[in-house]
Amino acid sequence: MTGPAPAGGWTVGRIVEIDHPTDRLVRLRLHVDDRVDHLPGQHYVVRLRAPDGYTAQRSYSVASDPDDPLLELMVECLPGGEVSGFLHDVAEVGDVLELRGPIGGWFVWEGDVPAVCLAGGSGVVPVVAMTRYARRLGIEDRLRVVVVARTWEQLPYAAELSRYGAFVALTRENLGERVAAPPYPSELAAYVAGAGRAYVCGSVGFATYATRLFEEVGVATDTIRVEQFGETG
Amino acid sequence: MPITRGFTGNRRRERPDRLPPGQYDTGSSWPTLTAEATPSGSLEQWTERWRLRVDGLVESPQEWSWAGVHALPRSSYAGDIHCVTTWSKFGMTFTGVSVDTLLEAARPQPEARFVLAHSTTGYTTNLPLEDVTGGRAWVAWEVDGEPLPRGHGGPVRLIVPHLYFWKSAKWITRLELLARDQPGFWEQNGYHDRGDPWLEQRYQGDP
Repeated sequence: MTGPAPAGGWTVGRIVEIDHPTDRLVRLRLHVDDRVDHLPGQHYVVRLRAPDGYTAQRSYSVASDPDDPLLELMVECLPGGEVSGFLHDVAEVGDVLELRGPIGGWFVWEGDVPAVCLAGGSGVVPVVAMTRYARRLGIEDRLRVVVVARTWEQLPYAAELSRYGAFVALTRENLGERVAAPPYPSELAAYVAGAGRAYVCGSVGFATYATRLFEEVGVATDTIRVEQFGETG
Repeated sequence: MPITRGFTGNRRRERPDRLPPGQYDTGSSWPTLTAEATPSGSLEQWTERWRLRVDGLVESPQEWSWAGVHALPRSSYAGDIHCVTTWSKFGMTFTGVSVDTLLEAARPQPEARFVLAHSTTGYTTNLPLEDVTGGRAWVAWEVDGEPLPRGHGGPVRLIVPHLYFWKSAKWITRLELLARDQPGFWEQNGYHDRGDPWLEQRYQGDP
């Protein structure tokens, strides 16, 4: 990176669009006051505030291209999730949310290094921002993407990622000729070739698996950048 | 800041005084947050290679092997930990050696005021010396009486429980004493320089 990553303070965002691509996902598109443009891969904090001042906040990766006039978040609704549950069940167009961002200067891609991404489930969200950025700049050849999900239905942005040229590995259902299975090293090899950096994003279990898989196909450990979420149980 | 329409909060009743602002109690689970590849290899390979060094502005640079560090007086922390990603975990016990014991052997020079902790992965984090002395920091290899799991920084990590947990560097291998503060990995990547959870010093620019 040429300098520190952009960072924004607390502001507010108004929900302009909201939809539920599946029963566990909510996609929010927000107009953000005084928005600081993000880098693909950065995240925002969403803070909810109750009438008595009680607050709850969580971090969510940005899915939108920095060039998009709106900020797009794709949030997976977790069982008992205090913030994700609210965003999924209660939030509506016109609602105003406290936001802070962009945040993070590590899991970002500026297009300067040929890179490969291996993302699982809702871990594809920051990768979507990277692919949108690559497509706009016409540098798709510098960003290869492999995504993993149980089923097509459970893969956020499945159609868009597929159109981008991402390799989609489904572990619980067949996809075309491909039998349900995690990605094989032989499938990954073509995507890894020539990459100077590797991004892993997903649950803790997925990130551990994906890091090992990258190492197995010859990716240098010190080029791997990891973003993981969730619990080890 | 505006009230969020329709939000009341469903964790409120669980909110004890020991929970810093903006945090929630994660209960029995223990989330992990890691930015680099978790080191691989067997425990034997890892501990054979591993050294703990204390160097920089010290009178007597020190290096301990895995067996050597286990021969030092044991010390434990029992209490809570707080992650910047807003979970806190109550009532944990980490056992290893107090950083005071390590510094007693190395004897910091008078101009040493900061510590840069280095991990085997290249991860670093910076701390004022007073945040790792006076019984406030440990190099730990056990959690709740069991060996520290690899994903949680095992076999050995730094524990600085009064600060956000990114300061408790996983896979610790070196404490470098410095005269000037030198931002570590997350501190260069948008996180706060000190990270006091009670002051909610999460990100750059927090007071």
